[in-house]
Amino acid sequence: MGRTGFVVQRLLLLVPVAVGVTIIVFFMVHLIPGDPAATILGIHATPKAIALLHKQWGLNRPLVSQYWLFIDRLFHGNLGQSLYYGGPVSSLIWSHLPPTLWLLAYAVVLTVLISVPLAVLAASKRDGVRDHVVRAVPLVGLGMPQFWLGFLLIYGFAISLRIFPVSGYGAGFTGHLQSMFLPGLTVAFALTPVVIRSLRASMINVLQAEYIVTARSKGVPPHRLFLRHVLRNAVIPAVTVLAINIGFLIGATVIIEQVFAIPGIGQLMIDSIFQRDFPVVQGVTLVFGVMVVLVNLLADLAYAALDPRVRFDR
Amino acid sequence: MIASEVPPIPDPDAPSLATARAQRRADRRWYRQPALMAGIVVLVIVVGMAVLAPVITSYNPNAQDLTSSLLGPSGKHLLGTDQLGRDTFTRLLYGLRLDLRIAFIAVLFPFVLGTVLGTLAGYFGGWVDAIIMRLVDIVVAFPFYVLVIALVFVLGPGERSIYIAITAVGWVAYARIIRGEILVAKRQDYVTAARSGGLSDLRIMSRHLLPNVITQAFIYAMSDIVQDILAIVTLGYLGLGIPPPTADLGSMINDGQNFLSTHWQLTTIPGLVVVVVGLGLSLVGDGLADLLRPGR
Repeated sequence: MGRTGFVVQRLLLLVPVAVGVTIIVFFMVHLIPGDPAATILGIHATPKAIALLHKQWGLNRPLVSQYWLFIDRLFHGNLGQSLYYGGPVSSLIWSHLPPTLWLLAYAVVLTVLISVPLAVLAASKRDGVRDHVVRAVPLVGLGMPQFWLGFLLIYGFAISLRIFPVSGYGAGFTGHLQSMFLPGLTVAFALTPVVIRSLRASMINVLQAEYIVTARSKGVPPHRLFLRHVLRNAVIPAVTVLAINIGFLIGATVIIEQVFAIPGIGQLMIDSIFQRDFPVVQGVTLVFGVMVVLVNLLADLAYAALDPRVRFDR
Repeated sequence: MIASEVPPIPDPDAPSLATARAQRRADRRWYRQPALMAGIVVLVIVVGMAVLAPVITSYNPNAQDLTSSLLGPSGKHLLGTDQLGRDTFTRLLYGLRLDLRIAFIAVLFPFVLGTVLGTLAGYFGGWVDAIIMRLVDIVVAFPFYVLVIALVFVLGPGERSIYIAITAVGWVAYARIIRGEILVAKRQDYVTAARSGGLSDLRIMSRHLLPNVITQAFIYAMSDIVQDILAIVTLGYLGLGIPPPTADLGSMINDGQNFLSTHWQLTTIPGLVVVVVGLGLSLVGDGLADLLRPGR
């Protein structure tokens, strides 16, 4: 199977997952105890509004036809109407998307900038002092609530040192870059432990490979050895780990946006939960699911493109 | 590494095989692992404080005293009081007690569900495997926190919703781990022997395969508890966890957020407790993994 075949196969595998994601998001309505329409409307519930919602979602029709209605609306880009903000859910999500994407991209960049040097430090002298210190990072980091880390950073850098703003998204490119540094760092810290772990392990593996011994015996200087020979080969499993954890990363932004008051779709989700604005929560959940699926697909394709050793046949 | 086919030349000075094995076993004794011991010590202290909360402190965690709100640490109030005059140290102990209890219960359901589904998928293969693994793909398509938050939202706040949400999202990791282990284990001779002996599938799975693969799920569960604690604390922070006034570390951190610049201890100490718990569990988990993994 060639490269095209691989891409086609990956796309085909996506179909059941995409269908499943929509089914789960669709069924959220039916997990609500009691009459979903009455519960969702809550204080806004009038007999007229309840009847309207019943009609809109086809709640009195059989499940399968309700699902078709949902899918049909989805394909027309219609995620329903917001109960609290008014207006279509899709445009609400669309306007809240840029800060979230900014935060994600920033976090990935910071993760790479932090974990690569630390992993190199650890792997370059296995079981040395530096190695032990770096290996302790995941132990502490994995058990740390991200939002709490966010507070520590706010307290340290925004309140005490006043280097960065306490919250917000900032204006313009440099404004974003400055305002989003602490949130990005918080998200990155959540991810670095996992990435360091896998990068360190795969570097130690690569260091034992025969081509490294050969390179060493040829007198390749250490920095060149690490950059050209070790890192390049060790980075691929780390990219996979990063991709696998992208779901976690995206989920983390929900909480971090809350801590730093960033107007992204995560904050939209939490705000909508408190306004009991069900269609928005449903829409955001769907968008998050689609984001993870797409990123995983991209990672798979990039992975295949990066490493010539990846074979396309199974 | 390429395994050598040539038997090693016996070294006359080497200790006999039996003593070497005994030495290795002694090295592997659990109390000789410093990391594991440190983890156990941390956990014993933390769990002990949570269990003995009513003995350690005489305050009621929910008793308000508005005349003594936002006091600094003192002999009377070890960590001061919060905005409603409740003793922070007391709330810390009771919050820890609640969060630990929920986390330890919450980890059981995905463990069981994921292990059962993973065993079925790995053992039967074919369409059973296909269906279960597609389900796994669908669940992992959602970010962990997004699905947990969405589920808790639709199910309504409370402990039951937390259990359901964590189970619905958490089982996939166990299913993946166990399935992989079963795929390897079922090719072993002892399974063929059991099968040719006419044992039923159920018996082979439960009596022959499961005891050999469950260790991996158990090791994962140790890190999963850490994640569950974080999820519970995060839900509490977002105001989606246990409803107030019940003390919970997450809602304590949230309450303290407004006083970050004046009363930093209200926010930092509960978080620090979570970090310590996570550290203890991780140390124990890593130590157990080293002990239990075969071939070490």
